[in-house]
Amino acid sequence: MNRAIRRVGIGVTVLILLLVGQLTYLQVYDADHLANDPRNIRFQLRDFSKPRGRILTSDDQVVARSVETGDELKFQRLYPQGALFSQVAGYQSFVFGNTGVERTYNNELAGRDPLLQIRNVGDLLAGKEPIGNVVLSMSASLQAAARDALGAQRGSVVVLNPKTGEILAMYSNPSYDPQPFASHNSQAVQDYEKLLRANPDKPDLPRAYRERFPPGSTFKVITSSVALGTGRFTPQSTFPVLTELDLPQTNNTLRNFGGEACGGTLALSFQESCNTTFGQIGLDLGNEFVPGMQRFGIGAAPPLDVAPGAAASVGPPPGSFQTNQPLFAFAGIGQGDVAVTPLQMALSASAVANNGQIMQPHVADRITDGDDNTVKTIGAKGWQTAMTPQVAATVTQLMVSVVERGTGTAARIPGVSVAGKTGTAQVQGAAAPHAWFVGFAPVEDPQVAVAVIVEHGGSAGSEATGGRVAAPIAAQMMRMVLGR
Amino acid sequence: MSLTASQRRNAELGLGLLAVVITVGGYILLALAEGPSLPPNIWFFLAVLIGLYVVAHLAVRRLAPRADGTLLPLAALLNGIGFVIITRIDRDANDQLAPSQAVWTMVGVAAFIGTLWVVRRVHLLERYRYTFLMLGLAALLLPLAPGVGREINGARLWVRLGPINFQPGELAKVFLVIFLAGYLVDKREVLAAGGRRVAGFRVPAARHLGPLLLAWGFSLVVMLLEKDLGSSLLFFAVFAVMLYIATERTAFLLAGAGLFVTGAAIGYAIFGHVQERVSVWANPWPVASGQGYQIVQSLFSFGSGGFAGTGLGLGSPDKIPNASTDFIFSAIGEELGLLGTVAIVIAFLLFVAAGFRIAVQAQRPFPKLFAAGLTSIIGIQTFVILGGVTRLIPLTGVTLPFISYGGSSLIANFVVLALLLRISDESAERAVTPTARAGALARR
Repeated sequence: MNRAIRRVGIGVTVLILLLVGQLTYLQVYDADHLANDPRNIRFQLRDFSKPRGRILTSDDQVVARSVETGDELKFQRLYPQGALFSQVAGYQSFVFGNTGVERTYNNELAGRDPLLQIRNVGDLLAGKEPIGNVVLSMSASLQAAARDALGAQRGSVVVLNPKTGEILAMYSNPSYDPQPFASHNSQAVQDYEKLLRANPDKPDLPRAYRERFPPGSTFKVITSSVALGTGRFTPQSTFPVLTELDLPQTNNTLRNFGGEACGGTLALSFQESCNTTFGQIGLDLGNEFVPGMQRFGIGAAPPLDVAPGAAASVGPPPGSFQTNQPLFAFAGIGQGDVAVTPLQMALSASAVANNGQIMQPHVADRITDGDDNTVKTIGAKGWQTAMTPQVAATVTQLMVSVVERGTGTAARIPGVSVAGKTGTAQVQGAAAPHAWFVGFAPVEDPQVAVAVIVEHGGSAGSEATGGRVAAPIAAQMMRMVLGR
Repeated sequence: MSLTASQRRNAELGLGLLAVVITVGGYILLALAEGPSLPPNIWFFLAVLIGLYVVAHLAVRRLAPRADGTLLPLAALLNGIGFVIITRIDRDANDQLAPSQAVWTMVGVAAFIGTLWVVRRVHLLERYRYTFLMLGLAALLLPLAPGVGREINGARLWVRLGPINFQPGELAKVFLVIFLAGYLVDKREVLAAGGRRVAGFRVPAARHLGPLLLAWGFSLVVMLLEKDLGSSLLFFAVFAVMLYIATERTAFLLAGAGLFVTGAAIGYAIFGHVQERVSVWANPWPVASGQGYQIVQSLFSFGSGGFAGTGLGLGSPDKIPNASTDFIFSAIGEELGLLGTVAIVIAFLLFVAAGFRIAVQAQRPFPKLFAAGLTSIIGIQTFVILGGVTRLIPLTGVTLPFISYGGSSLIANFVVLALLLRISDESAERAVTPTARAGALARR
């Protein structure tokens, strides 16, 4: 029997070695994959079971911080700013995962970034956990001013530094309180999410960078830049004085605001926001128009560091001019196929302000460690080259005339030269048009670019124009940034 | 053997204290994961641990002085690690299993000593083989009896005795192995020689094979009725292995494998829960939150543990259902990593190797086959559950010997341990008696 016993012994040994092989597969070869599977609750618990860095504003207000709880998840997020920053900072939810800055900079906040690892034995012995804080380029006071300026009106305000792409304020109304998402009671979190989802005002939608609107006449900044860039147009190019423009391929016409007659030079048409002129430019540009828009980033999602990212703005399909000529006329005045995010319009204004360059927009300024030492600066990176510096200088002059003596006089700031463009964008159906303003200041050395939209004219309703409703808000934002 | 009885016992004591040190070390690490203070009952814990081990060790010194010196320390190590892990899972799962596991361990040690005390001669068991067959079958049937039987987690394996639930099937395995060893030793020559040839096989006469197949089939059917697939698989394999060892005929092993495939196919065709197990094994991911939840959680634990583990007390083993019983190895995989899991697998390998060595060294057929059978229970049961939780084979629930929470299983394992030591002691004793020594010399 001994021979058989030995064979059985060898058989059992082989089975046990197979186990060792399988264990090695699971715990070494496949380990990362298994450990980071989103269904692996440990993956989430890992980030909840230790302190997490804070999210701070540039003026030292706490947007998010961690507090210890007695329950299984050990730590919970607090959002002292509530709805003011929710659309940027996002939330850390055990049920829905992370969003916003909480997601984009999750590794830094959780202390997993190699730059944040414990650097000395003292910290290790003191039981310090590596964490990172995200310091935003946004200021709480400017953000609050944007919120207060919008008041009860639906709309968005985007304020950024045209030279660096740093976002200084980005708020849209309505917003939502992120705190219930951080609850450890999963039923409560789900109920809250359902409640938000059922709200027709979509408070959880960050309109400033994820919703598209017709830009109306603010788009004439882009139309002019593209036209001047071809070399076939100058500010002195003249256009017929019309009340409406006959469109090819259709019986429809493109009408001026209030049925007025306007025209003349491109510069005057820009200042008075003359639709027939810019409709004609749209037709004249034809298939050159769409690549021009694309140089502003339209058609691409701006690389915003707020998960799940910014929405791409859209224009007419490239190369579609022959079959869709009327839509190119409407695109010239920011209607028709054109739909943009407020962020895209702020970036378009920043292109004019920054010699034609659009910088990557970002809300984070730097990462600091537990002792508030800066370990990483986000820094300025280019995104798009929208136009040449010469064209940018010309468009700047057009925009200055709008604020000095055109439709945007409400954006004037005493002692500061402001460039801007108003827009009153028609929407489908009987609803009142959106009131827009984009601009930047000071013209000599631009520090701030801004885009404001008040949806459906806000409290002014159908009486609203961009110049009356949106321009004063933009002016207030620029004044605050410039300290005027 | 080169080692004297006292050398073996001293090695057993030394190795056992090492196992105690490892257990206490784990217990302390577990407390340190919570905060910078020792567990409040550490001295009491240490005293009980040493006390239990020394009592078991002294019993071996007194009752089986020449027995193998490695099995008891290995059992102590596995049992100790199991206790630490159960304590750890208790903490997160808000359970109170560790205190009762401690009590069961004491009962197990008592059963160990009792077995050594009562079973002074192995051949006594051989004589009562049919009694043990009856005992084994009765133990298997008991949970099916109305009134006493209880169904827990879909398997009807439990008997209620006053306040405690007991799984008599665990002991039935030992009883049935006693019967099988006795019966096979008695009939092995006629079984090996065979009778008529059927399709190239020499098939033993029905009157020899009959009772065997009857007992075997009956126990399998009972286990299937109780939906205890793991025990069915285990018992089937142990039976085939013992038949092969008794007859040394590979044909029986092949026939066993053929019968297994047939039985498995029939089971797959008839039982929905068998199909479910197999499909979950083949691909658990689509049903990761349904029927595949357990195995997927187990795989996540192993993966999250990685090479070195999260460290004791720092993982989330309570996320795996049944972490203290069938899935205790997954908890070990998460917190102790590949280092820990391979160490435990090697401990089992050493245990099984020692068991087979005892079988090889036994001079007479019955203890030889009996030791091989008992060792096969431990070895195959270990493979069935560890293969199951690592998705090497379809999952069937059996306990991990000495480590899993569970009184019946612990007691049965300690009885197996005592019986192996008894066989080992007897062989060593025969080897040193003059006649046996002369025989051994003559064989050289």
